[in-house]
Amino acid sequence: MSALPIIGLWLGGWALNIWLARFDRPLTRGAVAAIFGLTVLLLWEMTVRIYQVPTIILPAPSQIIESLVQNRSLLLTDFVQTILRGALGGWVIGAAAAILAAIAIDRSPFLQKGLLPIGNFVAALPIVGIAPILVMWFGFDWHSKAAVVVVMVFFPILVNMVAGLRATDAMQRDLMASWATPYAASLWKMRLPAALPFLFNGLKITTTLALIGAIVAEFFGSPTKGMGFRISTAVGRLDLPLVWAEIVVAAIAGTCFYAIVALIERRATFWHPSQRINRG
Amino acid sequence: MTDGTLPMPAIRSFRLPLAKAAPVVTVLLVIVAIWYAAAIGMNARWERDQAARAGTQIAPSQLVLRTLSQDRPVLPAPHQVAVGLYDGIAGQKITSRRSLVWHAWVTLSATLAGFAIGTAAGSALAIGIVHSRSMDQSVMPWAVASQTVPILAIAPMVIVVLSSMGITGLLPKALIAAWLSFFPVLVGMVKGLRTPDAMQLDQMRSWNASRAHVFWFLRLPASLPYLFASLKVAIAAALVGTIVAELPAGATAGLGARLLSGSYYGQTVQIWAALFTAAALAATLVAVVARVERITLRKMGMQA
Amino acid sequence: MSVIEAQNVSLTFPTADGPVHALSAVNLSIERGDFVSFIGPSGCGKTTLLRSIAALETPTGGSMSVAGRDPDAARKARAYGYVFQAPGLFPWRTIAGNISLPLEIMGFSKSGRAERVARVLDLVELEGFGGKYPWQLSGGMQQRASIARALAFDADILLMDEPFGALDEIVRDRLNEALLQLWRKTGKTIGFVTHSIPEAVYLSTRIVVMSPRPGRITRIIDSPLPAERPLDIRDTPEFIALAHEVREALREGHAHD
Repeated sequence: MSALPIIGLWLGGWALNIWLARFDRPLTRGAVAAIFGLTVLLLWEMTVRIYQVPTIILPAPSQIIESLVQNRSLLLTDFVQTILRGALGGWVIGAAAAILAAIAIDRSPFLQKGLLPIGNFVAALPIVGIAPILVMWFGFDWHSKAAVVVVMVFFPILVNMVAGLRATDAMQRDLMASWATPYAASLWKMRLPAALPFLFNGLKITTTLALIGAIVAEFFGSPTKGMGFRISTAVGRLDLPLVWAEIVVAAIAGTCFYAIVALIERRATFWHPSQRINRG
Repeated sequence: MTDGTLPMPAIRSFRLPLAKAAPVVTVLLVIVAIWYAAAIGMNARWERDQAARAGTQIAPSQLVLRTLSQDRPVLPAPHQVAVGLYDGIAGQKITSRRSLVWHAWVTLSATLAGFAIGTAAGSALAIGIVHSRSMDQSVMPWAVASQTVPILAIAPMVIVVLSSMGITGLLPKALIAAWLSFFPVLVGMVKGLRTPDAMQLDQMRSWNASRAHVFWFLRLPASLPYLFASLKVAIAAALVGTIVAELPAGATAGLGARLLSGSYYGQTVQIWAALFTAAALAATLVAVVARVERITLRKMGMQA
Repeated sequence: MSVIEAQNVSLTFPTADGPVHALSAVNLSIERGDFVSFIGPSGCGKTTLLRSIAALETPTGGSMSVAGRDPDAARKARAYGYVFQAPGLFPWRTIAGNISLPLEIMGFSKSGRAERVARVLDLVELEGFGGKYPWQLSGGMQQRASIARALAFDADILLMDEPFGALDEIVRDRLNEALLQLWRKTGKTIGFVTHSIPEAVYLSTRIVVMSPRPGRITRIIDSPLPAERPLDIRDTPEFIALAHEVREALREGHAHD
């Protein structure tokens, strides 16, 4: 009998969405997604309460929010340590290094042929595995986390950027040749703009990698702050609501990070067909 | 349109493996050389400290030799890693706890199980999404947004929670691997199943084809290139997921556990050997998927 | 005085199936103010010849001079403007930005650039469209913008490789008329690759007929048509006779096959 409200809510949300989905407008599309998310949250809350699921296994959303509010200063410290210093710092360094390396490689077909297969190979490897090594080398603080992130984001961005620098077509290159364009001008006015859509593709992929690298690296040693550290110690104390609160922060941070990069992409590559479709 | 342009001189690229391999080999050699130089540089301090403590002087040549043969170097030299690999792979019985083959097998089995679950679930949900508008609008935004969430980072926690519920062994790791391979497959499959354009769909309509016909004869074949592209991403993600899932303290089997115990005891050679095994495993898995992709697509007349 | 000179020029591409003779024993002399069309079937080397004049291709034999020097020096001195088959505008720049791109590369001052951009936009009748992006314009307008770009830095020579090949006939007629006006107004020397007989006859003062395998010049026909050419000149007997002559020359070139 206790399952009745759960099933009822489920069916209600489902029916509402089927009805709303028929309109297919931007507003209703947003509403459908929001209703789905809300229904899942409510079902989660109800299931935990009705069946009295132990907090150690699955805390209710309300408990997680409570923990989020209570521990906000702690979470902020962790956010600064892991996201801003480790992930963002490493991502910026790694991206800058990859962009410069790609420009250097671009002039040498030999280096391209030599480095690209290796870059493609490395981009598919479980690079997080180097975390223990880098923690040994750079110490427990955020520097080692940033180093892990640098290595993780370097190759995907490199491979994308090199492909982008080659994305000019033969006619554009001939045009530049017909004006006797010096290398620097053709790089700045043709190759770099043409490479931007590819670059942003790499930058977007690596936002998530950066967060993963920074958090996982903390499992191999960290000062007494940071999201990875907090998750592992909170699990030890069975403070699951705090663990989930950290996860919520990580999820929001990841989504925002990605959204900000995507927003910059839209402004920088407004001319690209993939961005133009959105403009209608 | 190209009238007046000469047919481009078809300079057939030399398909000699040598011409293709030469730049790669050169770059690899340079990397190995840098590695040796770095090993000497990074391990030298410890040797100098030792010598200073003993109150002796060491000759530079002696110093170089010693930096390349330390027990727990800061950075093991390539040949030390090679020895570690050889010892771990061929030097042990494969059922031994010190055998890398055994650890790799533990990791591989969880990876494959998770990959299978994730691919099946992702494909099934994708099929539902392309056929149901309400499912599409409900689930897709969350599926896309969830790709920006660092799910992998909480893998160890999931393992601990599951083990507190008495679920241990292969299953929890496989679940994490499945979770990670689920989203690339879902997103890729939805994209692939939607590739048929309006003209092709109208063509099917003109024959009064049923939904099932449209699916089997049009949508599914059209989606395969996308499916394979996401499978390559998914299997690599599944492996990473399994390895990270093996990190929590207490895990004793698998390449992730090897990494962690190596880092606890400062056994750098062990870490590097485990790392290279993981790399080889990843490369093999991706290569296998790529091979299946080539054969399948060629059989279907799409060149890959 | 001849602006473009070619003596016994040949160009051979090495390919896996043996060498391809793209150009063989080409002799040509183009005077200042000429409008020269290159016409012929696929593979006759007309585009290769134009690209060789522009130093985008290097002949393997013979000698060539453009504006009194060798082609590569002429390219470096920015002696010509080149218009390709497709507009080739950069999507991230506005029309005005695209036209000013060669000017930026060549180091014109900001005010000089603005003045020139305005002038050539006017010349190709695109005034008011400078702030638009290429993808907001029709194909014909894009091609006009690319012609404006080639005119912007005021080179004496304009090289055009089937510039209107991808456009429909109505747009093409209008652009042909506009190009003739522009040529009379500016007095530039124009090299124009086409595969359309009416287009070649309508535009040119001289028509260079080429044929393939090996790519070579089979005939050079001087046009007796007056400089002033309204579109309906194409219905006059002189025009039809000239078109006929070109067609015969093209057929002769093929007789060897």
